[in-house]
Amino acid sequence: MKLSRTWLSAAAALMLAVPATAHAKDYTVGLLLPYSGVYAALGKEIDQGFELALQTRLGEMAGSKIEIVREDTEVKPPVGLAKTRKLILQDQVDVMVGIVSSGVLGAIRDFVHQSGTPLIVANAGNDAATGARCSKFITRVSFSNGQVNRPMGEWMFKKGIKKVYTLAPDYAAGHQMIETFSAAFKAAGGTIVGGEFTPFRTTKDFGPYLTKAKSASPDAIFVFYAGGEAISFVRQYASFGVADSVPLYGSGFLTSPLYVNAEGPAAKGVVTSLHYVPTIDSPENAAFVKAFSAAYGHAPSEYAVQGYDAGQALVEAVKSGATDRAALADALGKVRFTSPRGPVEIDPATNNIVQNIYIYETVQGDGTLTQKILDVAKAVRDPVSGCQK
Amino acid sequence: MTADASFWIVQTLNALQLSMLLFLLSVGLTVIFGLLHFVNLAHGSLYALGAFVGVSASAFAGSYWAAFAVAPVAVALVGIVLYVALIRRMRNAGPMNQVLVTFGLIFVFLDLFRLGWGDIPLGMAEPDLFSGRTAFLGIVYPTYRLFIIGLGLAVLAALSLLLSRTQLGAIVRAGVDNGDMAACLGINVERVFFIVFCLGCALAGLAGAVAAPVLSVTTDMGTAILIPTLVVVVIGGLGSLRGAIAGSLLIGFVQTFGAVLAPQAAAVAVYALLAVVLILRPAGLFPARG
Repeated sequence: MKLSRTWLSAAAALMLAVPATAHAKDYTVGLLLPYSGVYAALGKEIDQGFELALQTRLGEMAGSKIEIVREDTEVKPPVGLAKTRKLILQDQVDVMVGIVSSGVLGAIRDFVHQSGTPLIVANAGNDAATGARCSKFITRVSFSNGQVNRPMGEWMFKKGIKKVYTLAPDYAAGHQMIETFSAAFKAAGGTIVGGEFTPFRTTKDFGPYLTKAKSASPDAIFVFYAGGEAISFVRQYASFGVADSVPLYGSGFLTSPLYVNAEGPAAKGVVTSLHYVPTIDSPENAAFVKAFSAAYGHAPSEYAVQGYDAGQALVEAVKSGATDRAALADALGKVRFTSPRGPVEIDPATNNIVQNIYIYETVQGDGTLTQKILDVAKAVRDPVSGCQK
Repeated sequence: MTADASFWIVQTLNALQLSMLLFLLSVGLTVIFGLLHFVNLAHGSLYALGAFVGVSASAFAGSYWAAFAVAPVAVALVGIVLYVALIRRMRNAGPMNQVLVTFGLIFVFLDLFRLGWGDIPLGMAEPDLFSGRTAFLGIVYPTYRLFIIGLGLAVLAALSLLLSRTQLGAIVRAGVDNGDMAACLGINVERVFFIVFCLGCALAGLAGAVAAPVLSVTTDMGTAILIPTLVVVVIGGLGSLRGAIAGSLLIGFVQTFGAVLAPQAAAVAVYALLAVVLILRPAGLFPARG
């Protein structure tokens, strides 16, 4: 009798103990971003967006905890690769998130693919990453270089612009942005009257190029520049008076909310296309802008939204029940949710995000520059160009 | 592209403006090289410091001229600290050690900029007096860039007067020519070095504040301008004002017209020029000695 009571109470204790540990799996995320170097500002924005998403949606994950291990790529491909190895082999992360520089992405792609670790790309826009070098483990929630510029080609032609002169820095992203824009613009019926690729990161003075562009007498100039180069370019574009005769269009990074105020009044009237602006009129965006500004003290930029959506994608994948790396990679390839940018989903053919592209003009707001949306290209999807998953 | 005169006039002015900016930076560096025999790789960081201090000063006072006045002074003060703490000790340490120390300083400054001003690139507005464009000779050209050209020429005139007509200038020239002999003659060479070093730093700070409205202000702007400045100093010849202006003009024009005529080759053109000069005139075009 005593023995069976002991057995009964032991069995009861076991039965009570088991359910508590049955479902809540904890996930380890490797967050690989540049925390130093030229892209440090972008890395920080993405980190903040990612953290915000996890905090906001923590309640949906049925007790699962997400632990973040952060590593710094220093914007150097060899360092990125070393840190990736460390995260995957040593820290045994379930999923990796991040990568700002396409150079770093190119360096780690093979290792990530071979190790079967899901990677959510939160910035690097190189077309090949969801093209010829795609992988079923790599999902991109940011943008591809082509995706951001294709809608502008058609839109500008419809506005009556027939001849365009292009400028961009001489590296992979610069070439991809201009090539996809030019292809779309020419397909719509326009002509590219000329273009130049300026030495990347060493060109400080765009005076010579602006003078040359003006003398080609285009209807408009289309450029891609980002960061410090964008600020220099827009300021010099205005100071040379090119603004009076030739309007400026470009890829949205030229007037990114992150640094457009450093460009001053020169940025007013510049029309660009981007996958996110803080002035998008939707309840999701309003909530996001409010939460981000309250948490971090400044309005979010497209980089913050990329980090936020990387977090959202991860939460969606976790919610679908995926527990190991292969299942997570599979689930990530199928996510679809409403982002502050609008409805987004991952295209199963390329693993790139399908999203709206907003064509907007930079205008004066209350004390700072703000973005006025002129048009929306809905659900822009990349063509399958060589991706075999 | 055109045979149109206005196009070439504008590009010439672009080249002149770049040359003047390089001149402001290289003149300090070349005299420090020539007089103190000191390799100061942190000179570019002082330029960046001038730009950052300028941004803060102009934002604080709401006026560009605050930046113009404060930046050189602030950078000269930092120069004093550097001189007393580091440079004076390293004077005779040999070029290798000087390179290592000043190279390390570049990274220290880089992180100080990030700590003080954040990672996001900044901008600065032009002064109202020089904003807008001027029309002359059939072209319209930004007035502020004309101001930079004018400022560079004014500094050139002031420095050549200083070097050729004043006692300090004579001492500096003597020190560059033969430092030991000058010391033997009872000249306080140390004090002259100190003054020259501070002047060089002030000029670098001024260059930074002046360049800020044209270029953007980023944490890596110092390293970006360092190589062209060093090339100017080496081509022009160490220690001489004439060398600094000649080198600046040469590099400014090669870089600008190279960008216009053959952008892909422009990056290489400067180094090709450096190689040619070093082969034909290893001491530079107008070295101070011999």
